[in-house]
Amino acid sequence: MIEFHHVAYNYGGGELLTDISLRLAPGSFHFLTGPSGAGKTTFLKLCYGELHPTAGRVTLEDRDMRGFSRDEVAQMRRRVGVVHQDCQFLDHLPLAENVALPLTATGQPRRDDDLEALLSWVGLKPLSGHLPPSLSGGERQRAALARAVITSPDVILADEPTGNLDWEMSLRLLTLLVELNKMGKTILIATHDLNLIRSAKSQVPARVLRIRDRRLQLAGSDL
Amino acid sequence: MNGIARFLMGDTTADRIVPPTGFTARLTTFTAAAMAFLAVFALALSLASGRLAERWSAALAQTATIRISAPSDQMAAQTAKVMAILKETPGVASAQPLTDAQQKKLLEPWFGPDLPLDALPIPRLVDVRETAQGFDAEGLRNRLAASVPGAVLDDHTRWRKPLVAAADRLRLLGLVAILLIAGATAAMITLAANAALAANGQVIRVLRLIGARDRYIARAFVRRFTLRALAGAAIGTVLGMGAVLLLPAQNEAGGFLTGLGFQGLGWAWPLLIPPLAALVSFLATQAAAFHTLRGLS
Repeated sequence: MIEFHHVAYNYGGGELLTDISLRLAPGSFHFLTGPSGAGKTTFLKLCYGELHPTAGRVTLEDRDMRGFSRDEVAQMRRRVGVVHQDCQFLDHLPLAENVALPLTATGQPRRDDDLEALLSWVGLKPLSGHLPPSLSGGERQRAALARAVITSPDVILADEPTGNLDWEMSLRLLTLLVELNKMGKTILIATHDLNLIRSAKSQVPARVLRIRDRRLQLAGSDL
Repeated sequence: MNGIARFLMGDTTADRIVPPTGFTARLTTFTAAAMAFLAVFALALSLASGRLAERWSAALAQTATIRISAPSDQMAAQTAKVMAILKETPGVASAQPLTDAQQKKLLEPWFGPDLPLDALPIPRLVDVRETAQGFDAEGLRNRLAASVPGAVLDDHTRWRKPLVAAADRLRLLGLVAILLIAGATAAMITLAANAALAANGQVIRVLRLIGARDRYIARAFVRRFTLRALAGAAIGTVLGMGAVLLLPAQNEAGGFLTGLGFQGLGWAWPLLIPPLAALVSFLATQAAAFHTLRGLS
């Protein structure tokens, strides 16, 4: 699916990531951890083509993402759902329309029953008519997850998805992601929450990757 | 045509992705209305100048005047000689010496009705009409100079040419004004569109992130601005046409200024302004939207 081939990334003020090679196999579950500023968000952006590596290449099904046209990038993002650290919504649209936005914007049919079921699944059905600014941090994170999965993407990338949540809500969100993984979705979560990682490992065979000294390491045994 | 119809009908769900922004909406509508109002007047000026050029050209073309200056006792003989020459000149359809009454009427605006024409050494005028082929003015001048030295041919060229040139220039200025108005409209709508695009940066980022294509995102903005420009231009055009309608009717005393309105099918020309304003807005907003989108990954 998504593969990194000796990828390096340089922001201009020195190299942030060096010689990273990785394959996100279909149906796999990965955590990406590391200290703040280590490059976790940059790594995710490289995964969905918002950034391009300064060396090496990132491929989607053996095609270098750098060669994608703008329409192909859009097409690729329909297959890769992203939950951002700062979940952004269209503040003038109600929650239900925000969650359904990937269907609306890509011309796919929207079935209200499915949308209601999805909102129920993330526990937001009673808030479907609310505008995003009135939602709490946890509600926004869950809404972002619902929006990321509504088109049934093959890969779900989540950047600190539990950053604004209490432990109970974090576990609930993790459960949702685990369920998606059991449905065959590839999951990559960037987080520095080790308790969350331990909890996930008890439910699903997850690989833990760590960015240290600009390089990617496997960090399973010490967690 | 189906594409235009689909564009105008729009997709109500997709339209909602761009939040209603009062300032840019009002600015675009007002700009389009003001520019359309001005365009109506520039068009009226251009069309009126065209009519004026044609009128002057038609009125003075294929006519000439011969002025005979001679002592009063020789005037009749000189006039007869001139008439004889004209009769033999190819290209002269008819020639008629003006009577005393006709000459008095011509001079009346300057000298009043009591002009003692007999007591003044006023030259005799001969009104000459040309055939469609016209006559050889230079040859006629030479023959007149040889036979009737006091006769001078005026074929109106020196009057007609600068008048027609001035009217043509006015028509051109009207067209240039319309082009400038279109350019200014495009510039102002581009600025308004850029402001709207900048204000909706978050909307665009979210849409790109969820896999919306550039065409989809651009269309949401372009359609909104195009419809605003169409509505504004329609209002401005109606107001402009109303103002032109209220101008004084054409009359001889008023001259050019009272002939500024539209005539006959000329009233159809301003109806092209709203769709043209919409087209200008469509192109300007589309260029601005794609320029902004290309800056995003």
